[in-house]
Amino acid sequence: MFGYSMEEVGNIVVMQGFSGLSLFSVLLLMALGLAIIFGQMGVINMAHGEFMAVGAYTTVFLSKIAVSYDIVNSYFVFAIVAAFILAFFIGYFIEFLLIRHLYKRPLDTLLATWGLSLVMQQIFRSTFGAKEVSAELPEWLLGSFKPTEDIDIPINGVFVMGLALIVTVGVYLFMYRSRWGLRVRATMQNRVMAGAVGINTKKVDRLTFALGCGIAGVAGAAFTTIASTGPTTGSLYIVDSFMVVVFGGAASLMGTIASAFGIAQAQSILQFFMTSSMGKVATLMTIVIILMMRPEGLFASKVRK
Amino acid sequence: MSNSDRRQFMKKTTALVAVSLALGLPIGINSAVAADFPTATVNTTGLAVDDTTVKVGILHSATGTMAISETGSIQAEKLAIAQINEMGGVLGRKIEVIQEDGASDWPTFAEKSKKLLENDKVATVFGCWTSASRKAALPVFEKDNGLLFYPTFYEGLEQSKNVFYTGQEATQQILAGLDWIAKEKKAKTFYLIGSDYIWPRTSMKIARKHIEQHLGGTVVGEEYIALGDTQFGSVINKIKLKKPDVIYAAVVGGSNVAWFKQLNAAGLNAKKQNMLTISVTEDEVLGIGGENLEGFYSAMKYFQSLKNPNNEKFVADFKKAYGDNAVIGDVTQAAYLGPWLWKAAVERAGSFDVDKAVVALPGYELTTAPEGYVKVDPNHHLHSKLRIGQWRKDGQADVVYESDLIAPDPFPKGYQ
Amino acid sequence: MKVLSEKLFGGKQGAIGLAILSLLLFVVFPLWLDLFRLGLIGKYVTYAFVAISLVLLWGNGGILSLGQGMFFGLGGYCMAMFLKLEASDPISTKIQTTPGIPDFMDWNQLTALPWFWEPFKSLTLTILLVLIVPTLLAFIIGFAMFKRRVGGVYFAIITQAIALILSILIVGQQGYTGGVNGITDLKTMLGWDIRTDSAKYILYFANAGLLIACMLLARYILTSKFGMLLLAMRDKEERVRFSGYDVSNFKIFIFCIAAMISAIGGAMFTLQIGFMSPSFVGIVPSIEMVIFAAVGGRMSLIGAVYGTLLVNFGKTMFSETYPELWLFLMGGLFIAVVMFFPDGLAGVYEKYATKFNLTGKLSKLMIKFNKSASVTDELVGEKP
Repeated sequence: MFGYSMEEVGNIVVMQGFSGLSLFSVLLLMALGLAIIFGQMGVINMAHGEFMAVGAYTTVFLSKIAVSYDIVNSYFVFAIVAAFILAFFIGYFIEFLLIRHLYKRPLDTLLATWGLSLVMQQIFRSTFGAKEVSAELPEWLLGSFKPTEDIDIPINGVFVMGLALIVTVGVYLFMYRSRWGLRVRATMQNRVMAGAVGINTKKVDRLTFALGCGIAGVAGAAFTTIASTGPTTGSLYIVDSFMVVVFGGAASLMGTIASAFGIAQAQSILQFFMTSSMGKVATLMTIVIILMMRPEGLFASKVRK
Repeated sequence: MSNSDRRQFMKKTTALVAVSLALGLPIGINSAVAADFPTATVNTTGLAVDDTTVKVGILHSATGTMAISETGSIQAEKLAIAQINEMGGVLGRKIEVIQEDGASDWPTFAEKSKKLLENDKVATVFGCWTSASRKAALPVFEKDNGLLFYPTFYEGLEQSKNVFYTGQEATQQILAGLDWIAKEKKAKTFYLIGSDYIWPRTSMKIARKHIEQHLGGTVVGEEYIALGDTQFGSVINKIKLKKPDVIYAAVVGGSNVAWFKQLNAAGLNAKKQNMLTISVTEDEVLGIGGENLEGFYSAMKYFQSLKNPNNEKFVADFKKAYGDNAVIGDVTQAAYLGPWLWKAAVERAGSFDVDKAVVALPGYELTTAPEGYVKVDPNHHLHSKLRIGQWRKDGQADVVYESDLIAPDPFPKGYQ
Repeated sequence: MKVLSEKLFGGKQGAIGLAILSLLLFVVFPLWLDLFRLGLIGKYVTYAFVAISLVLLWGNGGILSLGQGMFFGLGGYCMAMFLKLEASDPISTKIQTTPGIPDFMDWNQLTALPWFWEPFKSLTLTILLVLIVPTLLAFIIGFAMFKRRVGGVYFAIITQAIALILSILIVGQQGYTGGVNGITDLKTMLGWDIRTDSAKYILYFANAGLLIACMLLARYILTSKFGMLLLAMRDKEERVRFSGYDVSNFKIFIFCIAAMISAIGGAMFTLQIGFMSPSFVGIVPSIEMVIFAAVGGRMSLIGAVYGTLLVNFGKTMFSETYPELWLFLMGGLFIAVVMFFPDGLAGVYEKYATKFNLTGKLSKLMIKFNKSASVTDELVGEKP
């Protein structure tokens, strides 16, 4: 087939399938936090990428400490937890200062959070310098896993996949199987009623926003294994994140998962057969056209508002 | 000042230059005092030069996405200027810097160039980094007859009376590197990959011609990545399918880091795959991480680890000024040459006037350059060597090959 | 007559505002500033076209487009293509493999001018295309989306994605578009050198004149019945629809007008600055332009112009002196405007102007406004 042996083609199909899955988990991690903030709360958080950067810089910072104490092999798990906690509290604080005043004006949250993203970028630049930095990664995250001689499965990809799975399950359990999730969903569906039955809606808002930011932090920490960390790193992810959430149908967790999967496979396959940048254009174009025909996204929310 | 006076003065300086050349003395250094060069003589075009000072501009991005790359150039230029001032300045005048921020925004570069040239009347500008910023600023320099020293290695296809290019143009960086790797690794098949903009595309075009016509090799793939894209899974699989002898890469910015990290994770490390890149300097390594680069090759004219007395002094001075963790990449070194070349131009011309300085510089040989020896060509580019560095885990490179001096050829025949 | 002045100038209040702005643009700035600073103002004024288009679209229509940079860019590219063709005559490009085509095409092995460049050999066609191309794109996007009742946040995000696609395309197809460097080195328009000082002055005045004209057009639209409907649509879309109006057609129309106004700004930008690059097409410039409008006041045409001028002037001044602080300031400004002054400068002005009845302790800016206001008041008073 095209001058390649069946075995070669088979190997490539396996690895290509894996890279599609790996892109899927990257997109999913990016979008999950946003799916909560934008999908559930309706807040257009343009600083979402910067919350990822918070997570990434936390990891980089802890890796420096880990190097000096010679615990590089074990710090990474703590770094992810720390990234979550830090991004969570920054999100909590930001909600209190900024977002809660803007719930009635969703388009204005876009502008305010864009401003926030500029401020955060400059904070990163002033603290960590304009240059890109990289986290010292533990040995077990480097290299590839080889089921056969010719197939390489990147370990960092597997790691991101595992993390995406854990976070997704966590979000699912939180949103649909816990009392907190029940309160969140009740508040988002009908704030007044939720308030009337005794839910502290303000507290719910704050925690929901903070949770979304925390997940962004985890995503950022995970991405230090596959990409760079710089003051403007966050802006690389923002459009992709929004596309995934919007394409999936904003208010649906299933939709986000399905849309991340669809976009990842499309992009991965198109980029294999076209040049990388044209593959990206074709993917975005397809999404936009589908969205024009089906504006509510793949999975429309069945709730009447 | 009458014409004949000026002519006489010119004669005197020419004689001075000739004598110093004959004696092998560095021209004017330490000995020049402003009194020997009255302002009215050395500045006939209304530049910001008085009896004790001369103003110059530095124009790079201190903010925005390009600040990552341009910070090193700003530092190097300031260091060179401080050193020149310590030695007594230029024609006895201290250099004063007016620094402007291009903010990674191309019209801002044009705008600030205009400000520097028209309002501040600077004698020269050290600046610009990306091709786009240079292209935006170039018409301003040509119209106002300013002088620009441009530090970045770039795609060539340009030659302006008002610009000196202290980095390498594409053929200088590409041809010798390809020759080396084809011979050293017996490479026949090449995979070209770059970010999607003019510099990688032009470079790859030249590389492809050279590989196909002069090396008898084949290009098995050519790939461009959208700027800022960080997902390389599919691209890496394509490479694995084609199994090229050499990957020839010019990926830049945030994509660069992702490219190396993912390449490594996919099992394509230096043990299994040869790669020659033209977009990785010591600056980039900080972000990529030495462990992801270990064993790959870069083609550059300068590496921080170069062993020669000029460079050892330069590295020590740089670290003294900017801390022990500072690293110096190819462009940073090229930026460092700018002020020294300008000083030479002015001193050879005996005048700050742009027209005179521009004519005086070609032919000049700078022997104190950290990269060793460079010579200014009449086409305003530098004759320089190409070096191949093999990256180590600590982020420094071992220089494994050094070419002869290569003449610059911004409009290469047969490669267009 | 009275009706027309009411519609065009928005009554006495509006006429005074326009007169002050004209006075600033046509008299004060040219007399007070040197050519370099005036050129900067000229550049800011081209952004003001986009800001007023956003006042129409966003402030009054409730449609937030994050892709206005795309229309600005397209207008600019059309003009740049014309100028580039004129700059690449066979004589000045004789060192190329194929003389007579733009230099970047030659570097990318094109041997003939692509078909879509052909119309740009004529200035008349170019001017038409500056107006038509962006409008057509706006129509297609608007038709597809408004007919399906996509609005609000979704519209914003999709326009943003389209802007991203367009900028990747322009960068990627560098043989046809000049790539990331854009179209540079533009020299003459029909033999008239646009780089000379006199040309700069003429272009500045033409630009300012066009801005005022566009403001009058926008004012006319807003004060017409259509403008009322627009407001009604913004506030209670369903009710307008139930009253028997086809809301989507109005939205498409206003989106097209906004695109056209932005494109004029883009074309004037190219003429004044001498190049066009994809960095004006993408996401960041599009959002920044929304900010200009927001700072000035999303409801006020004049406010949006002042907002654009002030933010850009601030950007230039601050990035010269405190590059580190600039982003903090810019970010802080956005947040402050959204949180505390949702109607921008215009809102602040309204509030204080009525409170203090144009006297009292106003800010420095307001004093300046007032001084010129009273001057023009006399001027206007004398005229009839």
